[in-house]
Amino acid sequence: MSAASWRAAMNSSARAQAAASLPRTVPPRPQTPTTTVDPNADAPRWLRWLWARVGARHVFVFLFVVLFPWFASPFFTYQIGAQSLALGVIALSLTFLGGYGGMISLAQMTVAGVAGYMVAIFGASGTAEISLNWPWWLVVPIAVLIATLVGTFIGWLSVRTEGIYTIMITLAFGTGFYYLALQNYSVFGGFQGLQKVYPPVIGGLNWRDPVPFFYLCLTVALVSYFAVKYLIRAPFGIALQGIRDNPRRMNSLGFNVTAHRVAAYAFAGLIAACGGVLLVWYNGLITPGSVGTSWLINILIIAVLGGMRHPIGPFVGAIVFVVLQNFAIDLIDRERFNLVIGGVFLVIVLFSPDGLLGWWRRWQARLAVAQPAGALSRSSPSSSSRGSPQRQSSRT
Amino acid sequence: MKRFWPWFWRAVIGVPIIVFAIWALFDNARLFVLTLLNSLTLASLYFIVASGFTLVFGLMRNVNLAHGSLYLLGGYVGYWVATTTGYWVPALAAGFAAAAVLGLFMQVAIFRFMQGEDLRQTMVTIGLSIVIADLLLWGFGAQVHQMSAPDFLAGPFRDLPLIRAYSKYRSMLIPMGVVIGIVLWLFLNRTKVGMMIRAGVDDRNMLAASGVNVNLVFAITFAIGAGLAGFGGVIGAVELSIVPGEDSRLLMASLIVVIVGGMGSIVGAAAGAIILGLAETYGLAYAPTYSVVFTFVILVLVLAFRPRGILGDAR
Repeated sequence: MSAASWRAAMNSSARAQAAASLPRTVPPRPQTPTTTVDPNADAPRWLRWLWARVGARHVFVFLFVVLFPWFASPFFTYQIGAQSLALGVIALSLTFLGGYGGMISLAQMTVAGVAGYMVAIFGASGTAEISLNWPWWLVVPIAVLIATLVGTFIGWLSVRTEGIYTIMITLAFGTGFYYLALQNYSVFGGFQGLQKVYPPVIGGLNWRDPVPFFYLCLTVALVSYFAVKYLIRAPFGIALQGIRDNPRRMNSLGFNVTAHRVAAYAFAGLIAACGGVLLVWYNGLITPGSVGTSWLINILIIAVLGGMRHPIGPFVGAIVFVVLQNFAIDLIDRERFNLVIGGVFLVIVLFSPDGLLGWWRRWQARLAVAQPAGALSRSSPSSSSRGSPQRQSSRT
Repeated sequence: MKRFWPWFWRAVIGVPIIVFAIWALFDNARLFVLTLLNSLTLASLYFIVASGFTLVFGLMRNVNLAHGSLYLLGGYVGYWVATTTGYWVPALAAGFAAAAVLGLFMQVAIFRFMQGEDLRQTMVTIGLSIVIADLLLWGFGAQVHQMSAPDFLAGPFRDLPLIRAYSKYRSMLIPMGVVIGIVLWLFLNRTKVGMMIRAGVDDRNMLAASGVNVNLVFAITFAIGAGLAGFGGVIGAVELSIVPGEDSRLLMASLIVVIVGGMGSIVGAAAGAIILGLAETYGLAYAPTYSVVFTFVILVLVLAFRPRGILGDAR
């Protein structure tokens, strides 16, 4: 398929999505009478800004994740909570690239894996002849920096391609790194990888304990979530979405398409690198298996399960994935986890290309149909002038 | 002056290779020739699998990331038939048929409804490959299945100059790959069905308007492409072995072959397969720790200078 028809396919699907999500544009917004009668007129600007944007469900979700360790068992805090957050951060980088840049990169887990390997190589691990035992405050920035550079390099090579070619080339890169890590014993530790890579003990607090580690993951997840949310509303993010929808038009408007795409890869690489550091500390080891093809694809599964149209999607997907991974054993044989996750993934992509969030949206839309017709007619001109469905969803 | 740069790049890439070849010949001629034969036989397997991939992806623009699973299915079915009946040729046919039937099912039940939607096809075939791989693991277990070569190809050719002996089976793979390549090329370029396939790729609606059942033509193409993967699976079950995980390896090899060689061209697939086979085998023989890096460097070079592949057209 040529690049032009690929773009047309992407655009038509975006238009269909816009049509499908029309009814929900008005109702969910917390209606604050800021323009007519403002009871908080004397409040500071940031407070009013916050009041206009934060709804009850945001507060609820925020309180839930912050208080989670206080009512959950250590198993749930560590195995479910922290793992979901770490995987969600890596998948968030793919959501940013795929949902807002239109580039599906399967190499995000590779970037995370590079960060993990760098933490193990520069920091402490069970293999003394490889690890350099540098202090953590030096190791983490170096690991994140190197992984971000690798992510940028992969992006720089992949932006020459479009659509399906991007997937294939990033898959080839990812598998290439897997075999490199598998065959190289002098730097990457070969098949066994590097064991005993633990978070540091700072100020008497062992960050490997479930509760501190959960809060570490939560902080990184929140920071990267809001960074993505900020960036997609910033001029750079808007330009990126324009490039996703029509690169040629953006090019003739004077935007450097390649530079924007590479910058998107760099930012996604940064997020994936942070997630990779968390993941290697979570697992306590890094092996070639954790950057193998199945994990490259698992990240895609997580992002697609949740839905690529909102940065919360990867976290939803990660929770579903981790819960299935841990409790599929109760449903059927543990060996058949891949069958369950593959089947769920297949059902999602066949029947709801927008993931679980897409289902949620459609359910909301069905509720909204019951609303008065006036709300519907008011919504259509505003949404058509906005054009992209991403912009509407990014506001929620 | 215009002639300068092509020759410059040829020299930059070619001279180190020639220097290496001369050094290796003087250093250990037997190892060099053996590695050459091994890489060509591996390239032949890669070509058979990747030509199916290029038929489906390059010509029909259907993204089938379950191609590796078809290879694995062909291998297991071939192994099962060979151990039950004891014959090798029926095993080849069964491997081809099993993969072709599954491919036909995929085209009829899935791809037909998402023509042109690359991204959905990718996702769906990734999901399918996970499910198929797990079902095969369930059915055949995780142990290594090693098929033995048929009697008339068992054992080595002896008393060869320089290399002394070489496996009969492996040496038969080279002519087999060549024959399959020529047949495919003739099929696509010289027969009526091949003409229909090429026409359908260029303009589907026009072909349908001239009275051809396009869905049937595409289904046949898909079945042949999938069948080649299964055929390769049976061959690979003897040459390598058949274990879970081989699917992603062969999928990656097909991807690289098609990216390096260029989409949709049989000659490109042959060139890509030979390059990949040479790079992998020589890498393993002379620099085992970094053998994958050679493949990677080739991929990067091709992408940097010829993003559509060595023989790819600018479609």
